[in-house]
Amino acid sequence: MSKPKLALYWAASCGGCEIAVVRLYAKILDVADAFDIVLWPCIMDFKYKDVEVLPDKSIDLCLFNGAIRNSEQEHMAHLLREKSKVLVAFGACAHTGGIPGLANVADRETIFQRVYHDTPSTANGDGVRPQLSYQVPEGELTLPKFYDTVRTLAQVVPVEYFVPGCPPVKEQVEGVIQAVVEGRLPAPGSVVGASDKTVCDNCTRVREEKRIRRFYRPWEIVPDPSRCLLEQGVICAGPATRGGCGAPCLSVNMPCRGCYGPPPNVVDQGGKLLSALASIIDSQDPAEIERVVDAIPDVLGTCYLFGLPASLLRRVRLEGNALPAKEAVELAKAL
Amino acid sequence: MAVPPDNWEPRIVGFLCNWCAYQGADLAGTSRMTYAPNVRIVRVMCTGRIDPTFVLKAFQSGADGVIVAGCHPGDCHYTEGNYNTMRRTALLRRLLSQMGIEPERFRLEWVSAGEGAKWAQIADEMAAAIKAKGPLAWWENVREA
Amino acid sequence: MAESENGSDEVKIGVYICHCGSNIAGTVDVEDLTAFAQEQGAVVVARNYKFLCSEPGQALIAKDIEELGLNRVVVAACSPRMHEPTFRHVCQSAGLNPYQLHMPNIREQCSWVHKNGATGKAKALVSAAISRAYYLEPLERREVLVTPAVLVVGGGIAGIQAALKVADAGHKVYLVEREPSIGGHMIQLDKTFPTLDCSACILTPRMAAVKAHPDIELMTYSEVVGVQGFVGNFRVTIRRKPRYVDESLCTGCGICQEKCPWTADSEFDCGLGQRKAIYTPFPQAVPNVPVIDPEHCVYIQKEGKCGACLKFCERGAIDFKQTEETVEVEVGAIIVATGYDLMDPSAISRLGYKRFPNVITSMEFERLCSATGPTGGHLVVNGKEPKSVAIIHCVGSRDQKYHTYCSRVCCMYGLKFSHLIKEKIEDAQVYEFYIDMRCYGKGFEEFYQRAASEGVTFIRGRPSQVTDFALNEGEKGKLVVTCENTLVGAVMRVPVDMVILCPAMEARPDAKEVARLFNLSQSADGFLLEKHAKLEPVATANDGIFVVGCAQGPKDIPDTVAQALAGAAEALALIDRGRVELEAATAFVNEAACSGCKVCVTLCPYSAITFSETEKLSHINEALCKGCGVCVAACPAGAIVARHFTDQQILAEVEALLVDARPATAAI
Repeated sequence: MSKPKLALYWAASCGGCEIAVVRLYAKILDVADAFDIVLWPCIMDFKYKDVEVLPDKSIDLCLFNGAIRNSEQEHMAHLLREKSKVLVAFGACAHTGGIPGLANVADRETIFQRVYHDTPSTANGDGVRPQLSYQVPEGELTLPKFYDTVRTLAQVVPVEYFVPGCPPVKEQVEGVIQAVVEGRLPAPGSVVGASDKTVCDNCTRVREEKRIRRFYRPWEIVPDPSRCLLEQGVICAGPATRGGCGAPCLSVNMPCRGCYGPPPNVVDQGGKLLSALASIIDSQDPAEIERVVDAIPDVLGTCYLFGLPASLLRRVRLEGNALPAKEAVELAKAL
Repeated sequence: MAVPPDNWEPRIVGFLCNWCAYQGADLAGTSRMTYAPNVRIVRVMCTGRIDPTFVLKAFQSGADGVIVAGCHPGDCHYTEGNYNTMRRTALLRRLLSQMGIEPERFRLEWVSAGEGAKWAQIADEMAAAIKAKGPLAWWENVREA
Repeated sequence: MAESENGSDEVKIGVYICHCGSNIAGTVDVEDLTAFAQEQGAVVVARNYKFLCSEPGQALIAKDIEELGLNRVVVAACSPRMHEPTFRHVCQSAGLNPYQLHMPNIREQCSWVHKNGATGKAKALVSAAISRAYYLEPLERREVLVTPAVLVVGGGIAGIQAALKVADAGHKVYLVEREPSIGGHMIQLDKTFPTLDCSACILTPRMAAVKAHPDIELMTYSEVVGVQGFVGNFRVTIRRKPRYVDESLCTGCGICQEKCPWTADSEFDCGLGQRKAIYTPFPQAVPNVPVIDPEHCVYIQKEGKCGACLKFCERGAIDFKQTEETVEVEVGAIIVATGYDLMDPSAISRLGYKRFPNVITSMEFERLCSATGPTGGHLVVNGKEPKSVAIIHCVGSRDQKYHTYCSRVCCMYGLKFSHLIKEKIEDAQVYEFYIDMRCYGKGFEEFYQRAASEGVTFIRGRPSQVTDFALNEGEKGKLVVTCENTLVGAVMRVPVDMVILCPAMEARPDAKEVARLFNLSQSADGFLLEKHAKLEPVATANDGIFVVGCAQGPKDIPDTVAQALAGAAEALALIDRGRVELEAATAFVNEAACSGCKVCVTLCPYSAITFSETEKLSHINEALCKGCGVCVAACPAGAIVARHFTDQQILAEVEALLVDARPATAAI
């Protein structure tokens, strides 16, 4: 009897999810024993055409990490969907958009202008830009189309399971693979490899009373490692973030930044975090409230660091270019 | 963004609290005041119930503008609910601006149960302001090209 | 959309559009709207009718519920503030939970206010209502029993009357008073308008009745320090200050007061007279048991020196070992009757209070007139009888700089004073400086006429100052009141021997703490806020707690008594009913989702949220929760659910509200 087939793919990603799998250390050999790996661009030399010839639904498990931001990634998402029985959105980028999702504050033109022309260390007198196709003596070279908007995997193809995290922690990755091997998966559409509570459930810090008179950036103070960071004025997304990671960031005195995505009952993670942060400000005076809130220079970045594409609004308005954070704040205050 | 047709009318969602603003809007009705029909009202018991997510949902669903109207500070039927609204709005405004949604499209107002005329005026002003700004049409913003 | 989300019975929605005569149908195309409603998912029947609130209208809905098995009802009509209870009742009587009704407002907020676009807007509102109704859940109306006892806070005339009425109805009353004796400010008064009854004479029998009543537990020299619980089930913590006199042994003989060598200013006499360190504030005090003032008692201050009272008390009732005691009581209703204070007019320094000894306040005048007062009822100032007296109204009242309100009683007691002065001092000249003479009550106009006929001089104007600077012989040694007489149009200087100021009646300085303690609101003027200015004058936003008397606002004795009795009636109605219905649309914590972040804990104005450190979960007391939803919106885990206003219901409503705003193909 042939072994079940496993594919791993990386789209708009940093490679951290690949490392998350490799961090199984010796257990990776058990995985290699249990599965027949048919695609793993980071580690193994299979080509796309090897996947194209596979029958539909013949890949038993596909761990797809990275967001969808160009036509190649979109193509592979569709291809792997066709060929896979169980398609898993693996890691924050595939789940909610991740850090690449922040590109949704801009568009293709703005990004290309910056990357290929405006960065201080770029010398591009000829104004060279990536082209979709380019003729060379040897033939036609093509590049994928770069889209304006970053999307999550589930916004492109139907997905069976989501494994959150940037990257998913080792214990959870082990757990998920184990569950697949043992056939112990919940109903399709579920988030696996995480808990149904928030990061606060994993965090061992002492919580007393949430009344904020001032927000601090993480570099402004050295927080007390035993007390809740939010209560000390450091913005921690933990209360609005799905748990199960074991709160490793908190254990090194850094606030949670929300990489595991929204808790089960929350539709828009950033909106909820915003609501919670505002609700605990200890003031009823409009001028003082403005002063307290001024300490958060980039509300969008704070609330949607890993989840902008998965949010209700998904991206900044395309028509007018995104206002830089500072100008946007000034405009909001003038009204 | 295509130019909207001449007969385009803004759709504005209003979240009104039961005890003050909603009653004020009712008073505008019993007093037979006339005002623009662009604001569609969702009744909540207190503006403190309003999750910023609701405002985002409204824009996502196609609203061109959103109004939140509640009791004057100090008069909240539930004592402090509207202070929460005030605080959440402070942050929400900044987020909306960063999202490229012009500040005129979101308005926080205090309307007491006796201020029917004020409600009518707010509805008229908002309709005119949004008409001038044009549609937000958020579904076009997220349409995959 | 045929299956309801929780996999139970199929959702069947009935939509009813009301014409309301021509109120709605005149502007909204009700047929078009009905056809539109019929097309919506899960709508089983859509009808329109002339007057849905009428009996046949209601029967129409009830019949459909029974025959078609409707489990959601949408009534598009007038404001739900008008008829939600009506249609809820219809649902209930037809066997449907009353909370599975939703009413979009297509009259006050649609047909009555829009000339164009009313039908389009009505469609959006009905569409939204259908989506909201789809997710409505049945809610239980719960009842709790009412503890048949009442707490009355404050032992002035208001508290005394309320306590007596409740006790006479056969229920237990706890009457808590901060001072050593009940009586409030009324017992400080000499005579009362308009009947000129002796205040003490009409009040002391009531005070005695309180003491004697088997159902009233009187706690004087005590304060309420904590209130927990909710309507029908309050737990109140009372701090009893040590009198250093054993109430059970004291006979009220008074020898301790006689023998005590130490004196202090008498608060009861507004500092005009003296009392001893061991004292009853006035002779008719109830209880007639003295207290020892630790600040002036040498035995306490100097650790055992003196002890005269110890020596002379035959019953051995003096007990310096007493300490503060805390008592907890359980009651079903609370009546707050904490009264008022008079403003200190030294803030208005141009009127000379505290600069001139013969400028006094109205309360000080009452004490001078009183037979039990510092002068035994003789009107003397600086050792002489004043031959001329100025009474200045509206000191701090009707004043943009202090209190904009009118204190209601001063015009009447100003007239009373002029009568008393003329009674005590032959040929006395009395001048009333007023803005308006407000004599509105029963017998008040007659009293005014009587005082006027006794020869009072009324000067319409606000005095600019009271000065002792004499400009001529006639003014030497007198106080001069300068004033523009607005009816004559001339500035006057009126030399008098004494000036009586009518200071504003103010909320007590600790009104804010009292408000917080009982979870009440204050109105803009600082007094405690009633629930509705016209229809609920003694109820407050906090069910089961009533505010009566001057704590609610300035008023005279007849109105105070009326309010006190109203408060008693409210409390008795609660107790008599025996059960109280709790708000059904409250919030609850989904324990599977709560991760103990504590964001919600400080947000509840009703202290309905408690946190369990052992479970690491928040809990909401459903009896305290009023359903405002603040905690629901704040919860970052989405773990708190607002019954009847859930996220799912509201988000569905919003999305459907804009169905015509976007193309049918638009993805959300």
